[in-house]
Amino acid sequence: MHRMIAYGLLFALLASRAVLAVDTEPPLPDPVLQDRYVSLTQQIRCLVCQNEAISDSTAPLAADLRREVRRMIAAGQSDAEVKDFLLARYGDFVLYRPRFQATTAVLWLAPTLLLLLVVVTIWRVIRRRSGLPVDVDSDEAPTTTGRNN
Amino acid sequence: MTRYVLPAVFLIGLVIVLGVGLRRDPTFVPSPLIGKAAPDFALPRLDDPAQLLRKADLLGDVSIINVWATWCGGCRQEHPLLLQLAKTGGVPFFGVDWKDDTTLARQWLAELGNPYKAVGIDADGKTAIDLGVYGAPETFLLDGQGNVLYKHIAPMTVDAWQREFVPRIASARKAAR
Repeated sequence: MHRMIAYGLLFALLASRAVLAVDTEPPLPDPVLQDRYVSLTQQIRCLVCQNEAISDSTAPLAADLRREVRRMIAAGQSDAEVKDFLLARYGDFVLYRPRFQATTAVLWLAPTLLLLLVVVTIWRVIRRRSGLPVDVDSDEAPTTTGRNN
Repeated sequence: MTRYVLPAVFLIGLVIVLGVGLRRDPTFVPSPLIGKAAPDFALPRLDDPAQLLRKADLLGDVSIINVWATWCGGCRQEHPLLLQLAKTGGVPFFGVDWKDDTTLARQWLAELGNPYKAVGIDADGKTAIDLGVYGAPETFLLDGQGNVLYKHIAPMTVDAWQREFVPRIASARKAAR
């Protein structure tokens, strides 16, 4: 019985995200367009609440931007065209995944390069350590036969 | 000793990058419009909504577009300075009233003074989006051909006017001669 209640509560909690939805517009009639709309709004940063996407932000600007995205998708524009529209007005920061170009190359490549640097450093340290003389505590046979030598 | 060189260089490099980077304002969104043409607009005028304020009305000389609203505290804060600059700055100020109550907006200007040569009503915020506005107030400097020379975010200050606007106004006018 307790398990059923627990599962029930868990389900209600997970399902509640739909009730808490910020975007109150009715969905676009074409489900393909609606999917693209939802997906795009999750990739676009709300510039007022800058750690939220416009899909989640309650800021008035986010509502305005959602309206524009919706209008463009309903008018048949492609995802790239919607992104271009926003990039022209707000710059690279507006997309959560900035386009890969000269100015954002460091942002994209730095984590991989840093990881590579760390791996190489660890490898070199291990190699260096394994070349040191044997400790007295090691398992290798000592060169003398007994304690008093 | 030489094995410490590489990590030391890396550490110094990191300190420099962080020392510079962490002092910047992460919420500042630079405008991609600078150096480009300002977007076209045609907004109903606040003083006479039957008439339109168009981008073409601003051309011919350097001009300022100030995006404001009565719900915006920073706009209230910068208003006295705008009044002063409109009188003594030598550049016409045009207003874009962003998603505002037009009755309140008219009252506001009547009570506090009107620095604007004309104000356009942006009821749905579409023009503000075209300008890349993400908060009020924002102030744009345009040259005679309607290109954006500079954008100031947050309330106008004397410092920003002197440092950023005055030199650009002067060089734009010189270039236009």
